[in-house]
Amino acid sequence: MSAGANPSGHLRVFQDGFAAALIAPAVPAGGASDVPPEIARLVAQPGFAVYRNTVLKGCVDALQANYPAVSRLVGDEWFRAAAMIYARANLPRQPSLLGYGSDFPTFLATFEPAAELPYLAGVARLDRFWTEAHVARDESPVAAAAVAEFAVPELARVVLHPHASARWAWFDDAPVATIWGRNRTAESIASDAASLAPDLEWAAEGVLITRPRGAVLWTPLGKTGCAFLDTCAAGGTLAAAATAALDADPQADLAALIAQLLDAGAFGRLILHDDDPGEPAQ
Amino acid sequence: MTTGLSAGLGLKPQHYEAAHAAPADGLWFEVHPENYMVDGGPRLAWLETIRGRHPLSLHGVGLSLAADAPPDALHLARLGALVERFEPALVSEHLAWSTWRGTYRPDLLPFPRTNEALARLVDNIDRVQQALSRRIAIENPSHYLRIEGHEHDEIAFLTEIARRSGCGLLLDVNNVFVSARNLGFDAEAYLDAFPAGYVDEIHLAGHTADPSLGEALLIDSHDAPVSPAVWSLYERLIARIGPRPTLIERDDNLPAFDMLQQERRRAEAVLCAPARQAA
Repeated sequence: MSAGANPSGHLRVFQDGFAAALIAPAVPAGGASDVPPEIARLVAQPGFAVYRNTVLKGCVDALQANYPAVSRLVGDEWFRAAAMIYARANLPRQPSLLGYGSDFPTFLATFEPAAELPYLAGVARLDRFWTEAHVARDESPVAAAAVAEFAVPELARVVLHPHASARWAWFDDAPVATIWGRNRTAESIASDAASLAPDLEWAAEGVLITRPRGAVLWTPLGKTGCAFLDTCAAGGTLAAAATAALDADPQADLAALIAQLLDAGAFGRLILHDDDPGEPAQ
Repeated sequence: MTTGLSAGLGLKPQHYEAAHAAPADGLWFEVHPENYMVDGGPRLAWLETIRGRHPLSLHGVGLSLAADAPPDALHLARLGALVERFEPALVSEHLAWSTWRGTYRPDLLPFPRTNEALARLVDNIDRVQQALSRRIAIENPSHYLRIEGHEHDEIAFLTEIARRSGCGLLLDVNNVFVSARNLGFDAEAYLDAFPAGYVDEIHLAGHTADPSLGEALLIDSHDAPVSPAVWSLYERLIARIGPRPTLIERDDNLPAFDMLQQERRRAEAVLCAPARQAA
């Protein structure tokens, strides 16, 4: 290769400078001392804004697509302003933007302007769960009939692994799942129904999100159900999961709970332990 | 490289059902593989269904071939898995960079066409072609900036990349039109000089004027029909180089599927017209 006018290593210097200038909050008049003159002359051209706008718009559009219930709750302008702040500090790690913004719920939880909306981070978490369920590995859900094949003594040793798409959460402080659901569906987005309607009962609640087949589904889930699934996810047997559920609520109807979970497609694999594992596995 | 493809369409989720229902009729589709880099779910299922009836092209935006670094190994592996699963007729990428030091910028960024960049691109394209066990095509980007320090003009640079790496070229006629207007060169002269033998695919798309600068700065926005000027350039190009797989790209402000089909049929008519000029 013949020697060029530019020294080796120039491409690296160019890309460092260009990348920094893309997300710099403002163009310093006359260029800042740490901006290479070559980059400062590019930033001064009108065309540089095309790249800056495209990069940030691409990030903000992806966040808005991934967090539609949050966006509907706070409105387009608020959402895009918050997303811009997030994007400048957290560029995507991968070119596939379907997964972009995995820690956007955490960002919102400590985002000062969101302090008046204590349910917002929870709503964002459920938007994230929806995305994770949507793109999860395909897996046939365990059918109720598969569980019914086991007699009671054996049943205690069965381990039900949560379905690849299953996500669940319990919210102590607010009806986050109801708020999320009302702002998530196509029907709610098309209608003018207030996102926080007066009929909303302000109570703790939980939700289970699954994609047993093509579409993502969600169903209300009690504290007992969350405790049950937490134990299943940790590899615990049905006996251990039942104990956890009863610890959460001694009045829990276990048969109804398991039927609800199976109906929702919450499990992806069923395994019978060879012998009594004793204490629940962790 | 002969694929036997005529005119195709970019495929968006909003059009899955219409795309699947459309008569095969030589129709092929192009997608960004980045939108299908998932473990499972309805997107992959739709693509599989549509692939069952139509040829597919994977047009990547994320390999960052012009970055001064090898392509991201995870991204390349995920692309390889899609190539293996969907057996696309065409695979392409851009003469640009986007991923740099671990973060991705959703755009196709420019760089000085130096000997250093040329060597890096040839090496990166070679890595990709080896990983995928196939030839890819590289697209000319839209330009908005006068970059200093170019050591090659774009056509010489692309030709040398294709010659050294064995890759093909994807000639985006709208990008040529937009760049010619923004940088002040002659789009016809550029297309007349483009090395016909390397062209595996052609892109046609719409552009818009910059909201504040107007016609002085055109944006390759993919949100409008192909402009009359770009159609004219396309007709002139096909008359010179003969038919090549041609894609109507539309990413934003999506019209009904039938509107895209109309543009596609117009491209097909150009491809089927008898050559008007013997080179």
